[in-house]
Parts: sequence; structure tokens; C-alpha cells
Amino acid sequence: MAKNRYDAIVIGGGHNGLVNGAYLAQSGVQTLILERRHLVGGAAITEELYPGFQFTTFSYALSLLRPEIVHELELTKHGFMPLLMPSSFAPTEDGDYLLLGQDKDENHHQIARHSKRDADAYDAYGHMMEQVVHAIRPLMDSIPPDITSKDPEERARLAAMGSYLADLPAGVLHDLVRLLTGSTADILEDYFESDIMQGWLASSGIIGTKVGPRSQGSGLVLLYHSFGEHDSDYGAWAFHKGGNGGFTQVLARAAESLGATIELNAPVSHVITKEGRAMGVVLEDGTEFQAKVVVSALDPRRTFTELVEPRELPADLVENIQRLKFQGTSAKVNFALDRNPTFPALEGRSDQYRGFINVGPSLDYLERAFDDAKYGWYSQRPYIDACIQSNIDPDMAPPGKAVMSNFVQYAPYHLKESDWDGEREKLGDVVQQRLEEVFPGFGDLVLHREVVTPLDIERTVGLSEGNIFAGEFLAPQMFFFRPAPGWNQYRTPIEGYYQCGSGTHPGGCVMGAPGRFASQQILTDLQKRNKKSS
Amino acid sequence: MIRKTPFHPRTSEANETGLWSHWSGYLAADRYQMSDKFEYFAIRNSAALFDTSPLYKYRLTGPDAEMYLAGVMTRDIRKCQPGQAQYTIWCDDEGWMLEDAVILRLSPDEYLITTAEPNLFYFEDLIGRLSVEIMDVSDDYGALALQGPHSRRILEQLAPEVEDLGYFRVISAKVGDAAVTISRTGYTGDLGYEIWVDRDDAVQLWDRLLETAAPHGAVPCGQDAVLITRIEAGLLLIGVDFHSARFAWNDDQRATPLELGLGWMFRDLASDDRRFIGRPAIQREIEERSSRWATTGIVVDWQDWSRLHNERGLITSKDHTPEHGGMMIYDANLERIGYTPSFVYSPILQRHIGIARLRPQHSAPGSRVGLELSIDHRYEVVDAHVSKLPFYDPPRKTA
Ligand SMILES: Cc1cc2nc3c(=O)[nH]c(=O)nc-3n(C[C@H](O)[C@H](O)[C@H](O)COP(=O)(O)OP(=O)(O)OC[C@H]3O[C@@H](n4cnc5c(N)ncnc54)[C@H](O)[C@@H]3O)c2cc1C
Repeated sequence: MAKNRYDAIVIGGGHNGLVNGAYLAQSGVQTLILERRHLVGGAAITEELYPGFQFTTFSYALSLLRPEIVHELELTKHGFMPLLMPSSFAPTEDGDYLLLGQDKDENHHQIARHSKRDADAYDAYGHMMEQVVHAIRPLMDSIPPDITSKDPEERARLAAMGSYLADLPAGVLHDLVRLLTGSTADILEDYFESDIMQGWLASSGIIGTKVGPRSQGSGLVLLYHSFGEHDSDYGAWAFHKGGNGGFTQVLARAAESLGATIELNAPVSHVITKEGRAMGVVLEDGTEFQAKVVVSALDPRRTFTELVEPRELPADLVENIQRLKFQGTSAKVNFALDRNPTFPALEGRSDQYRGFINVGPSLDYLERAFDDAKYGWYSQRPYIDACIQSNIDPDMAPPGKAVMSNFVQYAPYHLKESDWDGEREKLGDVVQQRLEEVFPGFGDLVLHREVVTPLDIERTVGLSEGNIFAGEFLAPQMFFFRPAPGWNQYRTPIEGYYQCGSGTHPGGCVMGAPGRFASQQILTDLQKRNKKSS
Repeated sequence: MIRKTPFHPRTSEANETGLWSHWSGYLAADRYQMSDKFEYFAIRNSAALFDTSPLYKYRLTGPDAEMYLAGVMTRDIRKCQPGQAQYTIWCDDEGWMLEDAVILRLSPDEYLITTAEPNLFYFEDLIGRLSVEIMDVSDDYGALALQGPHSRRILEQLAPEVEDLGYFRVISAKVGDAAVTISRTGYTGDLGYEIWVDRDDAVQLWDRLLETAAPHGAVPCGQDAVLITRIEAGLLLIGVDFHSARFAWNDDQRATPLELGLGWMFRDLASDDRRFIGRPAIQREIEERSSRWATTGIVVDWQDWSRLHNERGLITSKDHTPEHGGMMIYDANLERIGYTPSFVYSPILQRHIGIARLRPQHSAPGSRVGLELSIDHRYEVVDAHVSKLPFYDPPRKTA
């Protein structure tokens, strides 16, 4: 049982809370992590919802996790195992497909089936993206300057950042700006002519954000999703052993072995403050824990307007937080299947199921799916990012059976004419119907179905409006401004109260960077405080 | 014409890459699928089927077989009971290592040995007056390794005896109509088995195994994947980590078992009354602590590795293709203190690791060393530290 006094308390045992708590504990800070639910992981959990079938209820794949975290927290000792996806599969509208794998030359020929020009363009596009990612990595992988600060040190960092950007090759900088401000469609149309290449690549530009591929700003979403890597392979994705919940269990073991205490079923009601300082927290059942450092791993809305009194905060901050766009638009439909589905053009094969299955065959398809959402309804022909993880990790389903995760867009949090409690299963039907088109006979394989709407994400995980990234990826909500100008360095106006969730820099995804940077900031402040008091 | 293993009708169908190597005169798949890393993770997370038929195979029989092996082999075969297997080596008179192998003891007077190089001439010449028969049965059998955490679950469906088969134990069993010999051994450092089968039954065994294994996500795997796992497991490879002293030109090409990290074989030497080949020399080496080398692991410092690549404007390289060469190792004064015959980026450990030959005074775990590599044709020295072997040793291997 947890004691009542700690050096630091982390509210929320999602992956960022766990990362943060692990780092604090590693530095000798006595740390308590309080998680509302009966399991840690937040959006990154794995649950056996049907006997023998491991469902990744929400988050399902790993790419953006910062490699330093794996090393610094020695995660391999605790079972870290990113199982590489060797393929990526994209059915076309007419029953054909694009199937890419690990062999560059084989990929060339696969793409050439659809367009010879695109086959060459793919290399050019890949190199462009890698160069941009490589160039701005140092900015993503450090705490951004505070653009509102007059502090000479912050000004110097800002100037250094300016020089760094100015030193980039002009072409790379230009591509960066095009990505940050433009639309995914504009960028892809510069390179590709075939529907399937455009559609397949564009999907990364719409994930988790209420934009279509033709919306300006979707380029930023595309860029963000290219930041991942596995073993220095930029843009590579993997399934963690046991799903993303397997990963957060690894984090929990690491945190505990470093000395952190994790308390489950411990919903925090609010932060105790006194004269502008954090003193501890109160659970919903009234239990109090004291600590001079309190870290919120929840989203900014909860961090600033629920866990503390907005009245104690500067009005402009509260206003900025209230203006933050969440507008969740993603859903999940997960299945336990009797076996792998059949794709007619590849009958008898299942190697195409060893990675993402992209149901989004063209820009038009994706844009039309978005059209529904613009007017307050869910897509009738949705974009689906499917994966049948049991093909990569056989422990996810009984031998020969399959477990399938489907990430679905668009499913706007606010429905115009109805509500999600009424539409949940109808959304499931729409998705299942679409899968039936791709994999005839799909319905007969279904043993169990789980539909997760944005409302369910909000209710279960706590992510406001079900936004999967704890605040959309829009330029005014990133970098200097994540979650609000002046408060992008993990501190808050309340002394000793910090933020470390996906609503902080760099942002969402199972990345761990917010948790890690916040711990650095907290440790620096603690050092300063100790110096002062000694 | 290159020879084909008894499984070739199936391995050739399964090999989608057309990539083959020549291994002891046989065609051996490098990888079956475009992704060797996928095959690698099958070994570490589900199971993989690896055709080891090119190894040389000998059957030793006769009432003096035990006495013979006790004199030829460095480890004491008398400790290996019928139904057990033993990893052993043999040395020359001067205590230099010749080869290593796994011996299966099927009965009091019958043994099977697999070796990487031909040994019939060498073995037969040592029989003398003993009553032992050694037959080269290399062509009579096919051999398959089934390795990975799911291997037991798969194999016990076909041969229920496997359920209780302990680490380094052997049994005879039947898979379908095929008589097989199954040992719980392997070259991956994971839970796994090796299966001998009459060459005529080989295809039948492959089919039964794969049919049973496929629902577990198991796949055939090629040499590329196995060669990553063996470095993680700290298992030596002849021709890479050592060379047979029989064919060496000078002592730099020779090594003793102590120098190769096999000193653990001599823990009970005091109570061992055998006169095996090389014993006096090995004993002297132990007493005089005269080993020139120690074999151990090294792990590269990830920050320094990234720094060196970043400084050149490069993406940090993390290549899981083994380097069988000899990158030089230095001490803090840039004196040469050893080299790495085997080096690889381990996907499961997320680290660059190497099997290293180091001067003994530098070989304590934790010692700092520098490893030379070339980045863009410039020599650089990256920080590393000495670590124990094996690098990867999951409890399931022996459980
Ligand atoms: C459906 C879905 C699919 C996704 N797919 C992917 C993907 O495939 N790959 C990827 O990289 N990213 C994906 N993401 C995004 C990624 O999972 C999230 O950005 C990330 O997991 C958020 O982590 P976090 O630690 O910041 O917050 P969360 O995971 O939201 O953690 C917050 C934690 O706080 C707890 N909590 C809430 N309120 C309280 C309270 N009052 N007291 C105590 N505890 C509380 C919650 O229970 C939760 O455990 C997905 C997200 C969703 C929702």
C-alpha cells in the first residue's frame, strides 16, 4: 500500500506518466504514479476481451517511441520487443492491391505495376521525407524555447534555433515549410500519379486530426507520423510484443524496478494547492497524498481546468486552453476472427497481413470520407487502418485464429443528429460492411466485435472529446504553442505543478518524449530548489 | 553440381528470394522471405524451422565408444548418460582447439556427432585397438532445427514425449511414420530442438512440422537470421571466431579453449582422471595463467555510436547483418588490445554487440574499451564496454 508522502506524484499511468515516473525514480526522487483504472497504459493497453484473443482496444502500433528512452530506462531488460512489420498492404478499389515489403527493388516493381513513374518517385519522396525528418529531429528531440520569454537564455535558444534552420540546405527548409503549412494532397501530387500510392501515403496525413488530405495543415500530420523509426529505419512501424499494452507493461516494470510506486484504481479528484504551490493530491475517495512535485499526465483540458481551479490560473492561459481543438474523429472496431480473412487476388496467402492494411485507396476516397465528418456524421465509406496482429505476434490469438484491429476515420465526437450511444453498433456495421467488400466472407469469420467511439475513448481513457493525441496536430497547437504559448516547457503557473501528457511537446503517439522532457525539467527545478535551500 | 539437402524439394519452394549460400557443398537458404528480420523475430517470438542438413554427421558405435570419446574429446563423455547430449570440443596435443560439436548419446554404445568440418580421417586415426566403428552418415539423414518460444508447443503435438524433454536431452520418437531423433539443442540460444530424420522421410517430416507450426506463426528461416541469434547467444562459429588448429599456419591462427571462453569446461578437471588429448597443455595453461586471450562480449555505447554518425550528418546505422571480420579494439591509450571476430546490431537488445578477443587484463566485465569502425571511409573509435557472454539468455531456453 502506498504511503502518504512522496517527493513526486504523477497523475495518470498512461505511457507518458510511466515514462515520467520512471525517470524521476531513476534520479532518486520518491515517486508515486496514480492511475484511475485497474491497469496502466491509458490509450496504450491490451485486453483479453474474448477468451484467448488479445485486443489492442485503442492504440495498436509503435514507431515514434524515442530510442533514448529504450536505452536510458533499460527497457530491453523488462521485455521491450518491437516486432517489425515486414509488409504494408493496400487494396485498391478494383480488387487489385499494392504490397510493399522490406526489399527496395521488389517494392519498385510492385509500385511499377500501378505506375512506373511512381516507382521512381517513391525513392525521391522517401529521400525528401528522410532529409526533412533528419533535419528537424533535433528540434523535436529537445525542449522547445519559450517564445514569450524575455529571459536572455531563452532568447539565445531561440536565436540558436533560427541559425540552425538557416543553416539547413535551402531545399530541405523549403520542403519543411511545405510540409508544415501545406496539404498532404499537394505534397503527394507533386510526386505521385497513381491513386493507390496517393491514397496509401495520404493516410498518415489524416490520422487523429479532423482534416482531410486536401486540407491545408494536413502536411504537418503527415510529417509528424514520419518521425518514427525502428533500428534507424525512419518511418518504420512495429507491433510491440503483446500489443501497445505489452509495451506499457514493460514501462510499468521498468518504473517499478527503478523504485516508483504505482497505485491502480486511484482516480485523482484534484491537486491540493496552497499560495500558488502544489502540495499534493486528493483522490476521489478523499485519500490525500502529499508531495512538492505533482505532475499531470492528463490532457491539457483536464490539467488546467479540472485538476486545478482555473481561477488560480492566468486568464489568458485558461482562454487558450478553452480554445484548444480536440474534436476527436477516430474510432476503433476490433475483431476476434476464426481465421485470417481472404483477399481474393491473393487467395491462399497471408503474408500480406504482416503489417498495416490500408483501406483508403485514393485521395478522393479519403477526402469523401472526410466530407461526412465536416457535416457532423461518420464516414459511410470510412478510411480504415487495419492490422491483424496475430500474424506478427502469434500469442495475440489462439493458434490459427486471428485478432484484428481497425482504426477508423472519420467518426466525429459531436454527431449532428444523434449520439454515440445510439450509433455505436451502426458504426461497427459500416466498418464491417466495408471490410466485407475487401475480404468477401469476412462477416462469417467474426467471433467477437468491439466498437470504440470517440465517446468511449473519452470515457475510458479520459482523453477529452476522444482526441487520440490529447489535442489536435494543428500548427497553432504545436511546438511553441503546445499546449499554450508560454507554457510549452512542462511547467504551469502553479509552482511544483507540471504537465507531461501528449498535450505537451512534441505531442501524441506512443512516443514517451513528453514524459521524458518533463522529467528533465522537474529534475532541473528540483536541483535549483535544493541549491537555494542549502 | 551443388548438392541439395533432403529437404530441398520443400525449401526450394519456400525460398521466395532465390538467395542461397553454399554450405559444406550444399545449397542453404540465406532467407526465405524478403525480410530476414522477420525470420529473426520468428526465432525470438514464435518459432522457425532451419535446415541444418549440411553439417557432417557421424555415428559412433561399439563397446569402446565411450572410452574412445573420453580420450579424444576434451569434455568428459562419461558424464553424458544415454539420453543426454553434450556440447564438446576436441584439441590437439598442444592444447589448441580443433573443433566443437554436440554429441548425442543414444545408448551406452551409440553416439551421433554433428560437426562443421569433415573429421572422418581424424577420428578414425585415433581408434587404434579400440572396438569402435565410426560411420560418416552425413548423407543418410536430414536435420532440422525448430527454434523459438513456441517450438515445444508445436513439437509436442507431433511427438508428445517432447513435453518433458529437458535441456540437452535426446529421445527417439516418431513423427507420423517417420522415425526421428530429437534433441533439445540448437544454435540460437533459445528454446529449441534439433531433429534427425532418414533422408527418405525428410519431406514428410517437413510437411508435418510446417503444417503444425504455421498456426503458431512459425516460418522457415535461413542462415541470415540464425547468424544474428548465435552472436546474441555467444555461440562460437568455426572459421569466424576460431579456426581449426589442424589447418593453421601459425599460433596467431590457433587458440586454446581457455582463450575462447570455454574455461568452464575445466571446472572439474582436478577430479577428472582422463588422459584426453591436449590435457597436459591445457593444465599447464591453467596453472601458469598463460592464456594470451580472453573471449568475451563487448557492447557499444549507444550515445557515442549516434554521436559519430550525427557528426557526419548520417542516420545512425543499426544493421542486423553480422560483420564477420575483425574490428580492432583499443584501450584508453589507443594501444591495440584485441578485436571482434563477430559483430552485429541486435534487434532484441537494441545494441551493437560483438564477440571479442581481448588481452586478458582488459577483459573484466565493465572494462571500457574503444572499437574501431570506419564511417564514410574514415576511421573512428567508438566507446564500448566489456560484457559477459551470452548477451541474450532467456529462462525458457533451459526451463
Ligand atoms: C484509438 C487510438 C488509437 C491510437 N493509435 C496509436 C497508434 O497505433 N500508435 C501510436 O503511436 N499512437 C496511437 N494513438 C495515440 C497514443 O496512444 C496516445 O497519444 C498516447 O497513448 C497517450 O499517452 P499519454 O500517456 O499521454 O496519455 P493517456 O494514455 O491518455 O494516459 C492518461 C492516463 O491517465 C489516467 N487518468 C485519467 N484521469 C485520471 C485521474 N483523474 N486520476 C488518475 N488517473 C487518471 C487514464 O486512465 C490514463 O491511463 C492512439 C490513440 C487512440 C485513442
